[in-house]
Amino acid sequence: MFYREAGDFKTSYSSDQQTFPIRLDRHMVWGILAIAFFVVPFFINDYWEKSVLLPFLVWAMAALGLNILTGFCGQVSLGSGGFMAVGAYACYKLMVAFPWMNMFIVVILAGLITAVVGMIFGLPSLRIKGFYLAVATLASQFFLVWLFNKVPWFYNNSASGMIVAPERTFFGIPLTGAESPSWITYLFCLTLVVVFAFIAHNLIRGRIGRSWMAIRDMDIAAEIIGVPPLKAKLSAFAISSFYIGMSGAMMFAIYLGTAEPTEAFGISKSFLVLFMIIIGGLGSILGSFLGAAFLTLMPVLLKNVMVNGFGWPADLAAHIELLLIGALIMFFLIVEPHGLAQLWRVTKEKLRLWPFPH
Amino acid sequence: MSPDLLNVLEVILNGLMAGIMYSLVALGFVLIYKASGIFNYAQGVMALFAALTLVGFQTGQIPFAHVINAALGTHLDTWGPGLPTLLAIILTMGVMVLFAYVLERFVLRHMVNQAPIILFMTTIGLAYFMEGFGDLMWGADVKTMDVGLPSGGSTWLESITAGWAAEGSNYRGMYIDVLDLWAAGVAIVLVITLTLFSQYTKTGRALRAVADDHQAALTVGISLRTIWIIVWSIAGFVALVAGIMWGAKSGVQFSLSLIALKALPVLILGGFTSIPGAIVGGLIIGVGEKLFEYFIGGMIGGATENWFAYVLALFFLMFRPQGLFGERIIERV
Amino acid sequence: MKLKKIGLALLAAGMLVTAMPAAMAELTFPMLSYRTGPYGPNGTEFADGYADYLTLVNERDGGVGGVKIKAPECETAYNTEKGVECYESTKGQGSLIYQPLSTGITYQLIPKVTADKIPMHSMGYGRTSAADGKVFEYIFNYPANYWDGASVIIKHLLDQNKGDLKGKKITLLYHNSAYGKEPIRTLEELSKKHGYTLKTIPVEHPGQEQKSQWLEIRRDNPDYVVMWGWGVMNQVAIKEAGNINFPMDKFIGIWWAGSENDVRPAGAAANGYKAATFHGVGTDYPVFKDIEKYVKGPGKAAGDGKNIGTVLYNRGLYAAMLAVEAAATAQKMHNTKELTGAQMRDGMENLKIDKARLEALGLPNFAPEINVSCANHGGPGLAAIQQWDAKEGKWKLITDFIASDREVIDPLIAEDAAAFAKENNITPRECK
Repeated sequence: MFYREAGDFKTSYSSDQQTFPIRLDRHMVWGILAIAFFVVPFFINDYWEKSVLLPFLVWAMAALGLNILTGFCGQVSLGSGGFMAVGAYACYKLMVAFPWMNMFIVVILAGLITAVVGMIFGLPSLRIKGFYLAVATLASQFFLVWLFNKVPWFYNNSASGMIVAPERTFFGIPLTGAESPSWITYLFCLTLVVVFAFIAHNLIRGRIGRSWMAIRDMDIAAEIIGVPPLKAKLSAFAISSFYIGMSGAMMFAIYLGTAEPTEAFGISKSFLVLFMIIIGGLGSILGSFLGAAFLTLMPVLLKNVMVNGFGWPADLAAHIELLLIGALIMFFLIVEPHGLAQLWRVTKEKLRLWPFPH
Repeated sequence: MSPDLLNVLEVILNGLMAGIMYSLVALGFVLIYKASGIFNYAQGVMALFAALTLVGFQTGQIPFAHVINAALGTHLDTWGPGLPTLLAIILTMGVMVLFAYVLERFVLRHMVNQAPIILFMTTIGLAYFMEGFGDLMWGADVKTMDVGLPSGGSTWLESITAGWAAEGSNYRGMYIDVLDLWAAGVAIVLVITLTLFSQYTKTGRALRAVADDHQAALTVGISLRTIWIIVWSIAGFVALVAGIMWGAKSGVQFSLSLIALKALPVLILGGFTSIPGAIVGGLIIGVGEKLFEYFIGGMIGGATENWFAYVLALFFLMFRPQGLFGERIIERV
Repeated sequence: MKLKKIGLALLAAGMLVTAMPAAMAELTFPMLSYRTGPYGPNGTEFADGYADYLTLVNERDGGVGGVKIKAPECETAYNTEKGVECYESTKGQGSLIYQPLSTGITYQLIPKVTADKIPMHSMGYGRTSAADGKVFEYIFNYPANYWDGASVIIKHLLDQNKGDLKGKKITLLYHNSAYGKEPIRTLEELSKKHGYTLKTIPVEHPGQEQKSQWLEIRRDNPDYVVMWGWGVMNQVAIKEAGNINFPMDKFIGIWWAGSENDVRPAGAAANGYKAATFHGVGTDYPVFKDIEKYVKGPGKAAGDGKNIGTVLYNRGLYAAMLAVEAAATAQKMHNTKELTGAQMRDGMENLKIDKARLEALGLPNFAPEINVSCANHGGPGLAAIQQWDAKEGKWKLITDFIASDREVIDPLIAEDAAAFAKENNITPRECK
């Protein structure tokens, strides 16, 4: 009733092949984007920017990247934290070396550098599979973090090894640093995420995406029908790292402003991104967003409800929060093992029939 | 012998000991993976939880004292002088069995036939849950683990080896921690018991049957649920042993759960499905990382152990993608 | 169904966030504490001390100058992102002072608090060069910073060796992070001056396995080991030092490696271990009677009330005391009851606590005299050495408060502050 695919006729190939072929989907996406771009910036304040929207966008970007690798190409990786660190440090070095450079270009270049690094660490995937690969990618996680901690060149010899984002402007408005207005950092990240989510959505519909999925579903069979595993796996690693690198750059330059490898890009971050895509839904672009939203917003929500809402002592609330997050994760997996994206699919199914279930 | 050579021997010896400690953690992973195909991320937190419970019983803490105090305004703390160590260990085991039962009843039962990565994720949720639960139950302060195991450098080995070096080289003798020797002993007993158990008891055979083929085991009338409870209980026991050994070194606190990270390279090196693999993998990782730190670490700035363990494991995987002792991966179209 | 519920829940949370109460006639000292995660045990003690002292002031004195103190607590789990969330959610409530309690969060907030004009007090941690008040207007790190700590430890060793450390071997065992690397430069400078040889050994986070490091120390057999450790690294290091029979009185930690939590797990082997500190230890001060009477007795103690008198509890109490004194100073200076961040800053900049004031506060000889000024945000830089008595289970002060080597440290601070100012286009302000 509310969600209809029927009656949506196409009369040309180009309209049949557009990004969102169903009219309702298209309208919904445009609607959400319009709100995100034209309404939210007028109401955003520091709290919503720094605690809710920026983390969500940054993690959504990382989740998109990992979902390409794990969800679409089937290669489980626990190296995301390390790749985010590469993005962040590349971004820092670029910002310092080329102060005039546009931040969009800096972030994209940082992503490209990460892509190269990701490809190198993706090489073992040609031989190792499944959980063995997951644990093997931890090698990159630990090695990269150690490297950034150890080599003073990466942090320009600062006394403590912290990197601090210098102030950069965007058409005269400060984009990084403490003085930057909320709406511009938000719009900057939003633009990047939307553009690259759109690209990702189209990539997976194309030849390269289909080759990834073939590898995921059964790599030997894929190889036999002529999908080159080397090319497919390495391209997945490269593109996934590109996204993750950009999210690391955004996290460092726009969201946090400072970073230290052990704390900001530790192993827990690698796990966090993996949780996001599993909770959100493996192999779903929407799932990346839902998962990122769930895991960045849920703790904030729980904290606000328990401490500000119920007035519980902060120490008990902190422990109960952990307990609840764990219970919620298990609950969601029991109810819907295929993630929040699957829940949405089921909802669509229901809406299609409602209120006449037969 | 020259002191340099003796130093290398000492590093190798201590590497072996460190490896045993890693193996103790890795064993728990292997048991569960073998029987149910679940990569149990929560093994580290289980070790923490078991150790917390043990110390709680030993010192006579009242569980959830802080929560009760906050809710009712009481001043509960301890209920008495605490229990003797052996009784505390037995009770802790009881708690771990109960935990396995509850877990099976409320979580695992619903997760039959899910993809491995979903099961993995479930155990991560479990890890969060148990961390919060353990803190609420026993408090978050650092606790002292004392079950009466000796620790400290062995003077016996030191005095024997001191004479081995050339005259006048001022060599102090080799060092080994007595606690590590105990850990090695415990690990050997543990592995032998587990092997005997799985070879010669009815339950053990059932366990192996389930590990081989779920469906076939079900058809011959083995209850999957009972088996899972047994396996998770055994893993809980192994976690308790690991918790005691590691807890004696660092005190019982949240960081105890991070020992899981040290067990992962051991796991992939030895193979997820092999108990001997966990031991051999541990020894290789322990010796490898210590030797690397000794010879190369100093040159490139030190603190290399964390990543080198993984690189070493990765190197072995290049030759055997299923780990040294893992079941051969056979792929068919 | 489920989606609808989630949506409703989100909506409710959104309303909660936006409907936060505006600032009232209260002094707000937000607490960014961490009671969970790997450093939870330490964070809990500090937070309890901080909260209990503020409760004491409210209960006993009716607040500062008659205005009650509100201390909303926010859990950071020692995590930078959560710290940011905590900062953003509390800064609009008229917050007067932040104690971020983590190196990462401190660095993160330095530009932000400066822009928002709210002072930040990183007591004995954070960015050392923040001691330069000309560059860091809103950042304070009195009474002592890491470089002071390093220098005081070396001074103590000089005392032990009749003023001569020539040819001695000192090993620094450090947490391989921004925090752990802090003292290296100072110790290197001091080694040039005093002629000892310095060796640095890093320990990777979290530091549960330190066999390689301690075998190396055993082989080198240094005269002293200095430790910049944190969390589980401390317990393991002290245990291992005992195992290799390293003389404990030659093993000295910085103040974050010197709490009961760090030494207890090693048992009797930890006896004699030393650590630097910038405040007194134990409950032998009159103020603790008041805490018993006004806070613990009526059941208003923070946490489970078990931590009173521990080293980190005292540190939290000390931090709260300094904040309260600064607020009182600011009230007097500006002749107002309610304060703004900038006024609080003035109060902190003119904070003077002498011996008589400490007595009056019920903390005689608890800490050195403090004299903060516009140019010097780092305070006196004095620290004492405490030693662990395993039999009694108590830390004991074994020295007076020792002055650090300002000759060496001041140029280092000036250099680092100047570099920061240049990077961020800050013109150092004039100080009268």
